[in-house]
Order: sequence, then structure tokens, then C-alpha cells
Amino acid sequence: MTGFRTLLYKEVLRFWKVSFQTIAAPVLTALLYLLIFSHVLEAHVRVYDNVSYIAFLVPGLIIMSVLQNAFANASSSLIQSKVTGSIVFILLPPISYGEFWLAYVLAAVFRGMAVGAALLLATLAWDIPLWAGPEWVLVFALLGGAVFGTLGVIAGIWADKYDQLAAFQNFLILPLTFLSGVFYSIHSLPPFWRMLSHWNPVFYMIDGFRYGFFGVSDVSPWLSLAVAGATFVVLAVLTLVMLRSGYKLRS
Amino acid sequence: MTPALRICSVTKRFGTTQALAGIDLDVAQGEFFGLLGPNGAGKTTLISALAGLVRPDGGTLEVMGHDVQRDSLAARHSLGVVPQELVFDPFFTVRETLRFQSGYFGLRRNNAWIDEIIDALDLRDKADANMRTLSGGMKRRVLVAQALVHRPPVIVLDEPTAGVDVELRQTLWHFVRRLNADGHTIVLTTHYLEEAESLCGRVAMLKAGRVVALDTTANLLRRFSLHRLRLRLAAGAALPPALRAQAHEESGFWVLSYVDHGELECLLAALREGGCAIDELEVGQADLEDAFLTLMRQELP
Repeated sequence: MTGFRTLLYKEVLRFWKVSFQTIAAPVLTALLYLLIFSHVLEAHVRVYDNVSYIAFLVPGLIIMSVLQNAFANASSSLIQSKVTGSIVFILLPPISYGEFWLAYVLAAVFRGMAVGAALLLATLAWDIPLWAGPEWVLVFALLGGAVFGTLGVIAGIWADKYDQLAAFQNFLILPLTFLSGVFYSIHSLPPFWRMLSHWNPVFYMIDGFRYGFFGVSDVSPWLSLAVAGATFVVLAVLTLVMLRSGYKLRS
Repeated sequence: MTPALRICSVTKRFGTTQALAGIDLDVAQGEFFGLLGPNGAGKTTLISALAGLVRPDGGTLEVMGHDVQRDSLAARHSLGVVPQELVFDPFFTVRETLRFQSGYFGLRRNNAWIDEIIDALDLRDKADANMRTLSGGMKRRVLVAQALVHRPPVIVLDEPTAGVDVELRQTLWHFVRRLNADGHTIVLTTHYLEEAESLCGRVAMLKAGRVVALDTTANLLRRFSLHRLRLRLAAGAALPPALRAQAHEESGFWVLSYVDHGELECLLAALREGGCAIDELEVGQADLEDAFLTLMRQELP
């Protein structure tokens, strides 16, 4: 377990040492989204009867930041160590592929949670969260972070160059997170897009997370939990199979 | 006694390139072993296969009796590798780097040994400096330190002195000799053949993924090295035609090669009989470079 703990500590220290870039910057970005969207749309959009648009937006932005930063942490760490060659220091020691995966995913979750917590603190000024079920907030933040941390491990292992990682991020992660109900309820969408949103697992993570704030959501939080949990299991198994086979790491 | 390394019929192909074409090799515990060969001979591929970074297509590799594929974690515990590339993690200091590497191998309270390595490799002044700020030579020292941090019984150094200054070489070889004297098995690849000659008790020479020679350094020198008689003739003098066939010119000197010192008298007699006036004359010792070149020029069967 010492190998695993050391790798986890190293990965956490890695993002902590550059926390201005890895925590403060995404918090600022999310706050800018909040300021601009709430200013433009507050008077025009009301999703739930007793919830203002800005209140609706805050949980969506928080969980989106958790997911995106969890992905960024694992993927950027892996691609950087692959490109510089320093990945060899992790491949040479007796660290099992399970420990490898878990250390990267947990560090990704820590970063996602750190950004999410900082953003939550920053938005307290708006007097928004209603905290209908904090356990749902925590469960979906952790599960969503783990899903996107695992996706980050997959992307970091798969990509050989930074532009391949950028393609993964821009053409998969970004659409999945933006087209998932962060800025709107899927009930406001035309039937085709609403149906499509139901196939997006990120929608369930965001909807379940939001349920923890307002006690209302587009679908049952139990369904959201089942979809998010199944997504995590599928991605985790895929990643472990990749790591066990040595895909792109051990030629 | 279990060999430190056992390599049996190992093959590896990358696309159309046969990197390893059936390597068989044993290295005994406590040996200082040299792995020599030109670029592309398969040295680094073989080391990577030992370290579990490359999966062979066929054959087996063992480190201290542990199969590299089936018992990979135990095999990795027994091995320390200094990679050829100058790689480092730019986020951390030297000490952090060494502590992490120690932790990866399961050693949490290893500060005394880390300090000893830092001192032995003359890294004390840079221990708390970020890796980014280090010179190439210093980074190379840290790479060596990282490979030693878990006190592996087998240490593989893949061209550790490539592009480093004389001082580091001396520091490094002093330390590595000490480790060997303490019982560590050392496997060295290098392009500096004089290093291999002075350090290694046994040498394997690789060519196109095959072992073309495997013997003690002394035996290889005996079998494959020619002695050299270098001479500069006085102005107007010419080499006797009888000697031309075994001579070649090199920077204004004629170089005559011979196998045994007994032949030297015959060569000098031939020069005397030819009436050659000689300005300078020197006799060169056989070295591993001669053996290496002789072997590399031979056609593979």
C-alpha cells in the first residue's frame, strides 16, 4: 500500500504546487459563467417554480467544474509524464495496475472536490443553496469526479500527443458536460434533443447533484445514481483492462 | 545459486525490425557485467524487457529468480534501472523525487539511505532544488540515485555516462564499484569501451539482436584483439612491400597489426631488412575497442 499512497500523495502534491492554475483559475472561470449567464438570463428563464435561474445555475456549474477538473488532473498528469518520459518512474516500481488506477482517480477526485468546494464557498454570497439533501450532493460529486478521473486516465493513456488529448477534451468531454443540463432543464428542449440528453450519462450526474440542492430534478435521483454508478463501473473495468494489458505503456 | 538475471530465448519484433532475435544470457549474482553493442543492437530493448517496460514476443526473463511477466512485482523489487534518457518530473525537488521513488518501492522511512546516496553522488547542495534547475550532469546523478533508492540487488545502468563530465564519471564509478563490492550485481551498457574494459568482469556483445560474444573481458581481449605497432617513417623511406598487406595508414603513421608479441621481432626484422629509417615507433596494447570492432565487422551466420 505504500506505493499506492506515495503515488496518490505525489499526484495531489503535483496539482497543489500549481494551485493557482489548477484550483483558482477554474473557480474564476465558473464565477464568470455565473455572472454573465445570470445577468443575461435571470429575467427570462425560470426552470423550477420556486428556484431562481441563478440558483439553478450554481449547482450545475459546481458539478461541471468538479467533472472537468477531475478529467484534467488525471489526463494532464499522464500525458505530461508520457511526453517527458518520467512515466518510467511509475512503471519501474512494483505498483500494481489497480493501485495505479486508484491513485490517479483519487487524486483527480481530490482536485475536482477542491475546485467544487472553493466554488461553493464563493457562491455562498448569492444565498442560493437550499441543501435539500447534502448526501446526494456529496455522492454525485464523488461519483462524478471518479467517472471523469477514470476518463482522464483513459485519455492520458490513449493520447500520445497533447493535440490528441485536446481533441478528446474538446470533442468528447466538453460536449458531454455542456449538453447535459448545466445551463437549462432538459424539459425545455425539443423532444429529439431531450431524448438524446437521456443517453448522456453526465446529465444524470448533474441532475442528481442538483437534486441534493433543491429536492427537485428532471429524473429520480435513484435513476441518476444507477446510471452514474453503472458508467463508473464500465469505465473502471475498461481502464483496468487497458492497464493490465499494458496498452500504450508497456510495448 | 539463483542467477541475478536469466534470459532465455528472448525475441522481440517492432514492426519489421527484429530487435531481439533469441537472446540467451545468465548473469551471476555479484557480477559486474557489460552489455555492449552498436546503436540498434538491442541493448536498451533487452533492458526494457528486464524492467517490464517491453513485453517480449517469446522467451522468458528472470530477475533474482522472479519471472518478469508472471511474478512482475517481485522482479521489479529486485531491479534498479538507470534509464538512458535524461528524464525528470519538473514539479519536484531532488529530495522529493527520491522520497517518492522510495515510497513507490514500499519504503517509507528511508531518509538515512537517501541522505547517503545524496552525499555519495555529491548532490547535497542541490537536494532541495527543483529538478528543472539542475544541469544535465546533476539530473543524471539524480537518475542514478533514483535507481538505487530501494537498494536493489541488481542494478542496470543504461549508458549512465553519456554526455557527462569526467568528475561525474569518476564519482559514479567509485560509487558503483562500492555497490558491486557490497554484493550488488551491476549490468552496464556503455559506448565508452574503456569503461567497460576497466569495470566489467564479463561482457556480452550484441549485434542485430543477437549475442555475438559472451566471455570474460580478459578472454575477449585475448581472442579478438590485435596488438598494434605504429610507426612514422623518416622522409623518403618506404614501407617494405612484404609488410604492406598487413598495414594501413592512420594520421601519418603506418599501423601494423599482430596477434602475439612473438611476431613483433619478425616485423622489426622485416623493417630492418627493408632499410627503413624510422622517426617514431610505439607499441599499442590490445583493448576492448579492437575486440568490439573485430566482432562487429564479422558477418552474422
